[in-house]
Amino acid sequence: MADASPPTSPDAATEIAAAFVLPAARLADLVTALRMEGYAVHGPMVRDAAIVLGPLADAVALPHGWTTRQSPGGYRLERRTDAAVFGFTHGADSWKKLLHPPRVRLWSAERQGADFVVHEDAPAPAKLALFGVRGCDLRAIAAQDKVLLHGPYPDAEYAARRAEAFIVAADCAEPSGTCFCVSMGTGPSARAGFDLALAELDPHGDAHRFLVRIGSPRGGAVAAQLDLAPAAGADIAAAAALADIAAANMGRAMDKDAARALLPAQRESAHWQDVAQRCLTCANCTMVCPTCFCTTVEDTSDLSGDIAERWRQWDSCFTFEFSHVVGATVRESASARYRHWITHKLSAWYEQFGESGCVGCGRCITWCPVGIDITAEVAALQDLSQRDPR
Amino acid sequence: MSDNRKTLAVWKFASCDGCQLSLLDCEDEFLTLADTIRIANFTEASSAVIAGPYDLSLVEGSITTTHDAERIREIRAQSRSLITIGACATAGGIQALRNFADVEEFRRVVYARPDYIETLATSTPIAQHVKVDFELRGCPIDKRQLLEVLSAFVHRRRPVVRADSVCTECKRRGTACVMVAQAQPCMGPVTHSGCGAICPAYGRACYGCFGPMESPNAEALIAGWQRHGTGEPDVVRAFRTFNAGAAAFRNASEKHGA
Ligand code: SF4
Ligand code: SF4
Ligand code: SF4
Ligand code: SF4
Repeated sequence: MADASPPTSPDAATEIAAAFVLPAARLADLVTALRMEGYAVHGPMVRDAAIVLGPLADAVALPHGWTTRQSPGGYRLERRTDAAVFGFTHGADSWKKLLHPPRVRLWSAERQGADFVVHEDAPAPAKLALFGVRGCDLRAIAAQDKVLLHGPYPDAEYAARRAEAFIVAADCAEPSGTCFCVSMGTGPSARAGFDLALAELDPHGDAHRFLVRIGSPRGGAVAAQLDLAPAAGADIAAAAALADIAAANMGRAMDKDAARALLPAQRESAHWQDVAQRCLTCANCTMVCPTCFCTTVEDTSDLSGDIAERWRQWDSCFTFEFSHVVGATVRESASARYRHWITHKLSAWYEQFGESGCVGCGRCITWCPVGIDITAEVAALQDLSQRDPR
Repeated sequence: MSDNRKTLAVWKFASCDGCQLSLLDCEDEFLTLADTIRIANFTEASSAVIAGPYDLSLVEGSITTTHDAERIREIRAQSRSLITIGACATAGGIQALRNFADVEEFRRVVYARPDYIETLATSTPIAQHVKVDFELRGCPIDKRQLLEVLSAFVHRRRPVVRADSVCTECKRRGTACVMVAQAQPCMGPVTHSGCGAICPAYGRACYGCFGPMESPNAEALIAGWQRHGTGEPDVVRAFRTFNAGAAAFRNASEKHGA
């Protein structure tokens, strides 16, 4: 079940033959090298009793020696007995907030006499480095690329942020209780779509180090500045062994092929009423999901009537406004809204984008305030359909 | 010189004045406001009062006396549009706690001369008495939302005020959920957005000051809190604050109350 394929990127222009070793004490040099290249480095840090993504001034801010315990609707920050930097999984947010920001102004208009002028908000020039992107999140970024970059209507804001984004991936060694990337074929190791990938080795002692794989020419150029020693075969094998252990320790599992076929077939299932009893229609699941891309547009004018603005912000199929057309909301019931969400994620996404809309990160499970679990709902529907096959 | 500014009146019923103060708090925008709208009757700000009718009335406070109930009808009759502001006007306010108690007994226990006190047994929102054109939520209301509603009224467009959960704002703001990460009993999932999810941003669960959101599922939320160890008395207290009288919150507290 584990991903035994070699750590190569089909996207990468260069062949990734080499791997290097970065001593843990020199992790700061990597952050510094990225900053010297002009990147605004963002990475994980401890804040608000959780690990969240924020601007990294240096490597000190990283969550050294922290981990998290996760379950449906539950997240606890805990101390580790070692000094691991990436000894946790997904946090309270995702890289989506940097590449596809929650709220942006698209344009403003100003009255000038009897006429008006429109000021387009050109996307802010961004040179972002994403530090510590997991396997599932690499695939989530690829999924958003399909929607926001490679579709018929590329999104200028996303394109501007994505174009130069430098990605430092981090392999997962200890999945959380809500992870199921193995089921979705996206993790636990970084496979493609990164510039550099780190695998953390021996975090409990002086030999604490990172195996560094190179995924792109610019990744290679940054690594070259650090003047790293090549990795020994034993280190490469150790990283692969950690990935195997991680793959065998997934918190959850889901049959993605079964889910794809099951959801459209179970459109009329009584189970949707059962979910509706429990679901708050609060929209947290869509907001935390790293692939959910939906936005809404708000037009406002100021009191004087001289300035108008158009803003775009994250929306969710759990809100009434989302399906409000000609005076009424189409998906009024909670059952219709939950069904729409899970069906889009796990089934309709294939028709639209040729893959699943779920990368198995587990965020929607952890951050649902009442712990509704996408894998458990699929399992329940599977169970019902087997009992009553129609 | 003709004055074609729309006229505004601000009225107060049973309330703390906090929502009216949000209007005075619009310091930066106040001059533009005065250019656009003629403040005809706002005794909190000026004792100069121009007689009605008015293009727009903003109403703060709830109805707690028979005199209130008459006065709101008169106000409605002289207002082209009527917008209620705040939890008192839209849900009965904190004083709607009387709806769950014996007002007679309060009168006897609290006042030296109970016979001086004339009051109704309930505190009710304005919309239970007259037609309301728009209800702006909050305890107190959010100043940006007030300006948005006034701008929309002046320029005859729909106000951009969403009715989805506080969680949507909390997530856009990037706060780590205090219910999931700290087991706090947060009202956010059943509460109307608008405040910008202030309390969770300061590490405190949402108090529900904006009242019920568009599709509140209080029972599911309470079940979630109970898994974190919240007991029935705390459930009742959480739903009996500024919006205790709003249907979804009232039903929840009655179901879990003694
Ligand atoms: S649906 Fe849930 S598990 Fe799947 S990618 Fe989205 S947040 Fe992660
Ligand atoms: S699941 Fe809902 S919010 Fe997410 S992409 Fe689909 S429709 Fe949009
Ligand atoms: S599944 Fe959970 S997070 Fe999603 S809308 Fe329902 S209660 Fe909220
Ligand atoms: S902290 Fe409260 S408002 Fe914020 S997401 Fe969690 S439940 Fe919702």
